[in-house]
Amino acid sequence: MNVASEPFLKRLLVKAGLSSSLHKLRGGVHPEGRKDLSAEPPIRVLPMPERLYVPLQQHIGAPARHLVGVGEVVKKGQLLAASQGMVSAPVHAPTSGRVIAIGDFPGPHPSGLPMPTLTIEADGLDAWIDADPPADPFALSPEEVATRVGAAGIVGLGGAAFPAAVKLNLSRRNEVRTLIMNGGECEPYLTCDDRLMQERAAQIVEGIRLIAHATGAGEILVGIEDNKPDAIAAMTKAAAGGPVKVVKVPAMYPMGSEKQLIQVLTGQEVPAGGRAADIGVLVHNVGTAYAVQQALCLGRPLVSRIITVSGGAIMAPGNLEAPIGALAADLVRACGGLREDAARLVLGGPMMGTQLTSLDVPVIKGSSGVLALTVQEVEQTRPGPCIRCSSCVRACPMGLLPLEMAARIRAGDPAGAVDWGLKDCIACGSCSYVCPSHIPLVHWFNHAKGDLAARERLKMKNEATKKLADERSARMQRIAQEREEAARLRAAKKAAADAAKKAAAEAAAAAKAAAKAKEEVEA
Amino acid sequence: MIAALLSLTLLGLALGLGLGFAAIRLKVEGNPLAEELEALLPGSQCGQCGYPGCGPAARALAEGAAPVTLCPPGGRPLIEVLAAKLGVDADLSGAVDSGPKVAEVQEDLCIGCTKCYKVCPTDAILGAAKQVHAVFREACTACGKCVDVCPTEATRMIPLPATLQTWYWSKPEVST
Repeated sequence: MNVASEPFLKRLLVKAGLSSSLHKLRGGVHPEGRKDLSAEPPIRVLPMPERLYVPLQQHIGAPARHLVGVGEVVKKGQLLAASQGMVSAPVHAPTSGRVIAIGDFPGPHPSGLPMPTLTIEADGLDAWIDADPPADPFALSPEEVATRVGAAGIVGLGGAAFPAAVKLNLSRRNEVRTLIMNGGECEPYLTCDDRLMQERAAQIVEGIRLIAHATGAGEILVGIEDNKPDAIAAMTKAAAGGPVKVVKVPAMYPMGSEKQLIQVLTGQEVPAGGRAADIGVLVHNVGTAYAVQQALCLGRPLVSRIITVSGGAIMAPGNLEAPIGALAADLVRACGGLREDAARLVLGGPMMGTQLTSLDVPVIKGSSGVLALTVQEVEQTRPGPCIRCSSCVRACPMGLLPLEMAARIRAGDPAGAVDWGLKDCIACGSCSYVCPSHIPLVHWFNHAKGDLAARERLKMKNEATKKLADERSARMQRIAQEREEAARLRAAKKAAADAAKKAAAEAAAAAKAAAKAKEEVEA
Repeated sequence: MIAALLSLTLLGLALGLGLGFAAIRLKVEGNPLAEELEALLPGSQCGQCGYPGCGPAARALAEGAAPVTLCPPGGRPLIEVLAAKLGVDADLSGAVDSGPKVAEVQEDLCIGCTKCYKVCPTDAILGAAKQVHAVFREACTACGKCVDVCPTEATRMIPLPATLQTWYWSKPEVST
C-alpha cells in the first residue's frame, strides 16, 4: 500500500490531526507484557565478575579469529579477535586482566554446543586502552564511520546480532532514504531499550545522527511503542529541534520486528525474499545507536550492554549494564538470585529467545535479557491435533498460512512449505502463541528451515565429492598409463642394451676369431 | 484404389528401410538414461548399493531393477533427484536414514600403513607411511572402503557431529 493509493478521506483526517498517520499492521498478537517487573529501577552496573567467558562467535557470520595467547595481559577494549570474512565482527576485551584459557565453553546457543571461547581473569582495575576518538565524528566520511563501527565490533543489539557495519555499507550502496530506529521492544518482560532511552537519550540521538550521516538517509524516524511513555518523552526531548522524529507506535507483538516496523511507519512492505534496503529503508536498534555513539565519540568498542534480568523467579528484577562474557548466573546473583526454582531459563525475550539448560553460559552482544520463568508463567501443555481454526493465519504478521506450512512439513515435504512462503517466515512465534491446540508451529518452521539448509549443504557436498572422485579416477588412469609407458620404455631400453651387448659380444668374438686366424697364418 | 495401395506400400517400404538402416548405423551403445543417471551418482564406486560400481548401479536404475533409494552416500537429496529423473515416487520409508556419517581414524590404533589413504575414492584421507592418518570430513562420503582395508580396525564410521554451523532444531513431537 503506498501513500497515493490511500483513501482521500484518510489523508484529510491525518492532515486535520483526527487520525493517526500510522499504517495498519497485519496480524500480530498481544501477549501479557509483564514489563512492570523490571521497568522501574534505573540501570545498575554489574559488579565485575572474577572471570569473563568471551565467545568468538557472537554475531551472524564467520567466527572471529583470536589474536591473543594464553597468559597474555589485556586491557579493557583491546582487540581480542579479528573479524574474518565479509560478514563478521571483531571481539574486544570486556575488562582488563589476563587471558587464562582459550577453548570450548558452553555457549548461549539453543543447541547447547560448546563454542570457542576466551576466558579472561579480571584484574579488578577495569583499565581502558588509550582511546583515540576523532575530534569531530561528523567530519568523518561515511565510509570512515562505517569502518570505525565495524572495528568497534558493533552488531545489531536487538537480538539478531548482524554486523552493523555490513548493514551501513549495504544501505549506502542501495541509496537508503529512510532510517528507522527500532525502539519497539515488543517482547514481553524486556525493558533494556526502554531504560536506555529514558536514561541515555542524548547519546542515542547523537548515535542516530551518526548512523544517518553514514548512510545519507534524509528521513529519520524513531519508532517507540506507546507502552513506554517515559522513553517517548525522553527521546522527544533529546531529539527536539533536530532531524530525528520520534513516532509513537501501538504496542503489539511483533512491532519490534524490522519488517513490521517499516510497514507501520512507512506503509511500505519489504518484498518477499527481499531486504529493507531494497525499498530504501535501513533499520537499526536504539541500543546499536548508543554503541555507535560510544565508539565514535569516546573511541570505546562494544564491550558491554544493557540486559534485562526478569521473570517471576527472580528476586529483584531490573536492568544491568553487564560486560560481554559475564555468566547469566552472575547477572541473576546481582539481582538477588532466584526466588524459587525456575521452570524455564531464557536468554533474550520469551517469544524468540534461546532456552537455556543452565545459567552457566556467558551473555553476548545479542543478549537482551536473562529470564527465569516460573511454572505459572510457562504454559506447558502437550500439543493436540490441528483443528484448522486458522487463528494462526490471523496472527501471522507476514500474511502466511502457518497451518498449511506445518501440514507440509509434518508430511515430510519442507519444499512444499517453501511454496507456501516458509522463507518469509520471521519465526516470531505469534502462531504458536495463539494456537488453541498448542502446536509448536514456529518450532516446526525452524526445524524445516534447518532441514532445507542441511539438504542444500549435502547436495553441495555431493557435488564436491563427485568432482573429487572424478579427479581421482582420472589421476589413477594417468598414473597407470604412465606406468605402462615407463614399463614399455624400460623394456625397449633393455632390449636395446641387450642387443648392443650381443653385438659387442659378437664383435669381440669376431675379433678374437680374426686374431686367431691371423696367428695361425703367421705361425 | 491402386494409387492408395501403391503409395501406402511404398511409404511402408521406405519407412521400414529407414528404420532398419537407423537400427544398424545409428545404434546407441548402452542406455543413454543410464549414462545420465551415472552422472548423478556420487562416482565413488563404493559398492554399498550391492552393485560393483556407480555404472552398473545406474544401469540397474535405468532398467528399474533397483530402487531410487539404493545409494547411501547420496542421501536424501540424491533420492529426490533420481525420483524426479525417473518419474517415480520416492519411497523414503525404504531408505534407512541413520543420519549423515563420516569416517574417523582412531589415532591410538593407526599404524600409518597408508592402505586407507590408497583406497579412498575421494582423496578424503591425508597420510603418509608410518604417520597417523586423518580424515577431511568435507570430502568424506562415508563409503566405508577405508574401514574394509584397515588392518588394525583404526578407521570407523561415526555419525557426523553437529557443529554450531550445521545444528538445527530437531523435529517436534507429533500430536497423537
